[in-house]
Amino acid sequence: MLWRVLLFWIDQSQSVRQSKFLDGRSKIDSVIILTLFIMLVISAIGVVWVKHLFAAAMFSGIFSFLSALLFVMLDAVDVAFTEAAVGAGVSTVLVLGTIVLTKRREQERKVKENLRSLILVALTGLILIYGSLDLPEFGSSNAPAQSHVGLTYLESTPEQIGIPNVVTAVLASYRGFDTLGEVAVVFTAGVGVLVLLGGFMRDRRRKDQGES
Amino acid sequence: MNQHLVLRVVTKLMVGFIILFALYVQFHGDYSPGGGFQAGVIFAAAFILYGLVLGLENVQAVLPPWITHKMMALGVLIYTLVGIYSFFVGFNFLDYGALTPSHPEHGQHYGILLVELGVGITVAGVVISIYYAFVSRSSTSEDEEW
Repeated sequence: MLWRVLLFWIDQSQSVRQSKFLDGRSKIDSVIILTLFIMLVISAIGVVWVKHLFAAAMFSGIFSFLSALLFVMLDAVDVAFTEAAVGAGVSTVLVLGTIVLTKRREQERKVKENLRSLILVALTGLILIYGSLDLPEFGSSNAPAQSHVGLTYLESTPEQIGIPNVVTAVLASYRGFDTLGEVAVVFTAGVGVLVLLGGFMRDRRRKDQGES
Repeated sequence: MNQHLVLRVVTKLMVGFIILFALYVQFHGDYSPGGGFQAGVIFAAAFILYGLVLGLENVQAVLPPWITHKMMALGVLIYTLVGIYSFFVGFNFLDYGALTPSHPEHGQHYGILLVELGVGITVAGVVISIYYAFVSRSSTSEDEEW
């Protein structure tokens, strides 16, 4: 039933037909992408709605898995991989770890506070939508991603680097210095968290207790 | 989690395959999706799963915190050393052609492999260390409250 409605809507809706987003894709692709987006919105509402934080953590895990599926649909497999492993896997575990250390239920808030946050979120959303108007059309050949340095990478990777995965070639070789910076950031973030949570200190204390 | 027999048996079966998959993603990143970052996270996920089901003491007996702390720095060190080596033999910083000057393309392969290994070790070390740091703090409430 829902499928019929969706298919009908895709056929009829001017906005969908005009948008380049679904151009050149089969109808089943469009249905899958739209269904994923709808489920994404539902799981996002779920995160905000439920008061039990364990359920909220599960909803955010589902949200990450759905966005990973969307990335697969957009042919960004490397990004999907990262989203599924980090967003759905590790962050969910870390959120659960935080829940264990703090509280199981969300604190009740006053309506006034909620209204204030709602206005703030709506404003941010509007600004983001306004910003997205300047983005190039989806899949446009004039987009900066297609017309600038990306083309050179695609052309010269087979002869200069000689590996099939251009993403790896760009990340590790052409942009090796950027990736070094990223690794340094990951390292610094790890050290920061350990200093805050006392990972190093506890080690030493345990060792001291063992010796004494 | 002592009473969950199925979970414990399945986890013990799965962990080996997860680590194998992480190694595949790590060393096959030139040809298939993935690379050091994803491999590091998957590798860490294997240990986190083991820790969740079988307890912190058991996973720390396999991989003690002092090793994961050293892994964090080791990865960055490997990456930087590849770069520094290349300018000591007369190439630019991080120009992997330096590894085999007679055939720059092969040098790129070795360079990418080494650099991705560095990324993987750092990411795995950081993720596992953060997990240990979270879990080794004592909980504020009891199991029944879930």
